[in-house]
Amino acid sequence: MEINYFDFDFKPFEEMTREDYEKIGFKSGLEVHQQLLTERKLFCRCPAGHYSDEYNAEILRHMRPTLSELGEYDGTALMEFKTKKEIIYRINYDTVCTYEMDDTPPFMMNEQALDIAIEISMLYGANIVDEVHIARKQYLDGSIPTGFQRTAIVSVGGSLPYKNNRRINLIQMSIEEDSCREVSDIGHKRVYITDRLGMPLIETVTEPEMKTPQEVADVNRIISKTVKSTGKVRTGIGAAREDVNVSVTGGTRIEIKGVPRIELIPKLTYNEAMRQWNLLRLREELKNRGITENTFSAKYDDVTKLMKKSRFQPISDAVANGWKVKCVLLRGFKDLLRWKTQTDTFFSREISDRVRVIACLNVLPNIVHSDSMSESMPSSEWSILRKFMGASENDTMVLVWGDDQDSETGAKEIIIRAKEATIGVPSETRQALDDGTNGFERILPGPERMYPDTDLPPIVITEERFNKIKNNISKPFWDKLTYYNSLNLNEKISEELALSKYTNTFEILVNKVKITPNFAAFILIEFPKRLKKEGLDFSLLSEQEIIAICTLYKSGKLIREGVLEIIRASISNGKYTEDLIPVSCSEDELTNRLKEAKEQLKSTKIINLTAKEKIFMGLIMKNLRGRISGKELHGIVKEIKL
Amino acid sequence: MEEKELYKGYRGKALELLKSFNALVWSDVEVKTATSNFIGIILPRSEQADPNHIVLKMRTGYNIGIRADKIKEITIFGHKEAHYKIPEKEFPYTSGMPRVMLFGTGGTIASRLDYRTGAVIPAFSPGELYGSVPELADICNLETEKLYGVFSENMGPEQWIGTAKAIAREIEKGVDGIVIGHGTDTMHHTAAILSFMIQNSPVPIVMVGSQRSSDRPSSDAALNLIHSVKTAAESDIAEVMVCMFGPTSDVYGLLHRGTRVRKMHSSYRSTFRTIGDIPIAMVNKNMIKPLRNDYKKRRNDRTFKLLPYFDDRVSIVYYYPNMKADIIDTLVDSGYKGIIIAGTGLGHVNKPLYPALKRAKELDVAVYMTVQTLWGYAQMYVYDTGRDLMELGVIPLANMLPEVAYVKLGWALGQTQDLNEVKNIMLTTYAGEMTLREPSNGYLIFQGGIPEVEEFISTIKK
Ligand SMILES: [Zn+2]
Repeated sequence: MEINYFDFDFKPFEEMTREDYEKIGFKSGLEVHQQLLTERKLFCRCPAGHYSDEYNAEILRHMRPTLSELGEYDGTALMEFKTKKEIIYRINYDTVCTYEMDDTPPFMMNEQALDIAIEISMLYGANIVDEVHIARKQYLDGSIPTGFQRTAIVSVGGSLPYKNNRRINLIQMSIEEDSCREVSDIGHKRVYITDRLGMPLIETVTEPEMKTPQEVADVNRIISKTVKSTGKVRTGIGAAREDVNVSVTGGTRIEIKGVPRIELIPKLTYNEAMRQWNLLRLREELKNRGITENTFSAKYDDVTKLMKKSRFQPISDAVANGWKVKCVLLRGFKDLLRWKTQTDTFFSREISDRVRVIACLNVLPNIVHSDSMSESMPSSEWSILRKFMGASENDTMVLVWGDDQDSETGAKEIIIRAKEATIGVPSETRQALDDGTNGFERILPGPERMYPDTDLPPIVITEERFNKIKNNISKPFWDKLTYYNSLNLNEKISEELALSKYTNTFEILVNKVKITPNFAAFILIEFPKRLKKEGLDFSLLSEQEIIAICTLYKSGKLIREGVLEIIRASISNGKYTEDLIPVSCSEDELTNRLKEAKEQLKSTKIINLTAKEKIFMGLIMKNLRGRISGKELHGIVKEIKL
Repeated sequence: MEEKELYKGYRGKALELLKSFNALVWSDVEVKTATSNFIGIILPRSEQADPNHIVLKMRTGYNIGIRADKIKEITIFGHKEAHYKIPEKEFPYTSGMPRVMLFGTGGTIASRLDYRTGAVIPAFSPGELYGSVPELADICNLETEKLYGVFSENMGPEQWIGTAKAIAREIEKGVDGIVIGHGTDTMHHTAAILSFMIQNSPVPIVMVGSQRSSDRPSSDAALNLIHSVKTAAESDIAEVMVCMFGPTSDVYGLLHRGTRVRKMHSSYRSTFRTIGDIPIAMVNKNMIKPLRNDYKKRRNDRTFKLLPYFDDRVSIVYYYPNMKADIIDTLVDSGYKGIIIAGTGLGHVNKPLYPALKRAKELDVAVYMTVQTLWGYAQMYVYDTGRDLMELGVIPLANMLPEVAYVKLGWALGQTQDLNEVKNIMLTTYAGEMTLREPSNGYLIFQGGIPEVEEFISTIKK
């Protein structure tokens, strides 16, 4: 089908409708990474989850590309080879051992982590594999010192429910080791801190079944809540990260890596769809100008001598530094570097990004071009260059500067990216940026990057292991919500409860102890928040203690207020004991307390007389908290003439 | 093709199942179980793996195992066997550059990977090496010859002798330097024996390997290869050396003397260490920096000695407290002609061994003493025990390393059965296997945790 990309213009984000997305063939899928809550890392016995920027030692490595099946270096490999980075790992003795630094072979996979992955797979109704085979996935950016990530499929298929009885299908779930955190990447030196390296995580991959940017965020939230509801995953900054892939009709499946927050997903996917659409339009425009992959023409030359007296500061500085300036001539490209790609972003950014990453020229601006409207370079200088390069009115010139090698790599890369415009959307992975746009990260690696890990044997998932996990599994998040809904709990508390570690306790309290769902939810979810403000930690109480207290309440030995009071007392006390049970208030005591309070009320200055009753209640409760029901007391107080 | 190949690695239930569907390895298939369908390619299975699972490479590149008795149906779409070959690019000849010969013995210094099975295919011909380490062409005109294809642990007298003869032949032909690719586990044994078999070499003989196989992006292989080829081509050190990583960082390699080097860590990159002395030189991509000047210098003549002898009736006994005499007796009764003891401390064993040692001497078995501390000398006159042992005919070998003493004794016995002559050979230093003195920086094992050591390793370049 021929598509006329000029038929549809992207509207501002807020104005895009479901129909608009349908028109461009928007499709998106997710890869959600979630760290698991284990004691130790995945393939060594280092403690998990200890993060610190402090380090004891540094190790320097390089990543050397390995050849692909066809005897060629694949795209990523070639790119990383061109960049020639020195990679420095910062090592903390307490969190990293010789395994992570690739000086010791892996130990057997952490069983606890694998069990959690299997459990979560079961929540999606996925098919657990019978034998887990560990693979190596190549990463040449240095983010993993071995040059590959150990990863294995735990399950395939499965699905999760989404609005109106729709189901979003999953492709697979893998278990894998986490990578390093980047500290800096300047010039030819990239620094990583290794504390996160080797942490166990799962990657849940959905089919590209989301049809609008909002749907992508929604589905991500469901996945995130599902795993959190098990209580067996890590939370906090960096514990969950997602990659989003997006494509439009005629475009390319592009992966946006490192999305920091779910809220950013709609903007990111919108911008990526727009970028692809506009790159496809650019291809059409080039075609209209007679520029195709075969007719594309470009060249570059050294223009350092001509730029010696440039009035453009970055270039004059570069020349003073002994650097070289290269001029790239793109035939017939006039004005196309100002072609809009994303919100407030133009084709020149695609080129600048490549130069930054591939040629390691990361001080911006790293290019300047003749389509630029700003007066950064005087037109007299462009005229000189135009003459020297033999450029016509219809051509565009791009300048890049750097040392001998980097300026050369930069010039070549500019030509490569410009030529790719004749093909459409190049296969890349892109990086999420805070403003909702995305930037080039790396060329998409080929399928050859996966190969079996010969260091570890496959792991058979025995029926015994399978059944043991299956029998202890709690309901999936969405089933819990349906259940709470049927108990008339409100939506907010239902969700909090479903995500809490008290879902089991809740069911025991409701079904065995038989207290009302609302009171059980109040004790487990709302009351802990109140206690937190008082500096008390509800999680110090064990499930047995909570059940014991609620059983007392059910048997009538405690009033409702008494339950809360004894929880408070037990936490302060360190544990629950029977002598903490408040003695209920006798008739005599109540009469005395009422009298006392009346006296006190007399000596209190009250400005707002309507609050009188409330203040009176407060005075009595101060001494009777947990020993008399507030409702009962209120009934008594109402009868008293104040 | 044989059935074994058609269903490579499969046994038992899994084999029966595959046969029943006529699904050979490399078949592109859809596998149906009661609960799901899997699409992918049937891979060969490791022979050591159980007989119950089928391995499938899915479209995503991942492999999974499916239990054979769960499989209801296999639909075959096609067959996708691939034959992996390393790309060859002709190694460029540059006139005026040194000629280096690379011998292969079986270690994989350069290799690439069969991405589907994970099998490592060694890269070895100059063309293959040029395809994976093109930098080599800037250093020399490289030639290669595969001598053996064995794992490091299977190297033995036959291969040592063959390698020594091959080296001799190349030296005579006028080569400028020799590199020997070797598995790392027994590289120091081979380095030691070659130091004895080839004496007075006019050119560098450099042994090299890798601790991380070269199919990994983080491998030490390419850098080791570059360092060793540079040493063979350019250095003026005409000795048998081991060239491997200095630190774990990709910074420089060390050139260790063949008789003083030892593998000291089962997996670290910087596993090779010179024991009881300092290395000969440091090497990086740009330069070779000697650390001492008492090495044998490169010469233009071709006069050297080839002594390719070995008697393998030799053993090492690693002494432990409460060792019984029958250990020695058994060796003697089995016809062993020489025993190297790795004794405790300055070279000691317990009294219950004395009668057995006495008997060994009477039966013309040569017994020599080295130290299991690795660093330091066997000095048997210090204590009574040592003096008693010498009385029993046990001869101390100064600071010769136990493995070096082992190959040297085999080499000596290969030349003569006269124990006096053997003793003469053993106590003569041919290639630095014993040193007159140990410099105080010959024993430096940093102790982690100590502030000044921590300070030293807190930044790279170590
Ligand atoms: Zn570790």
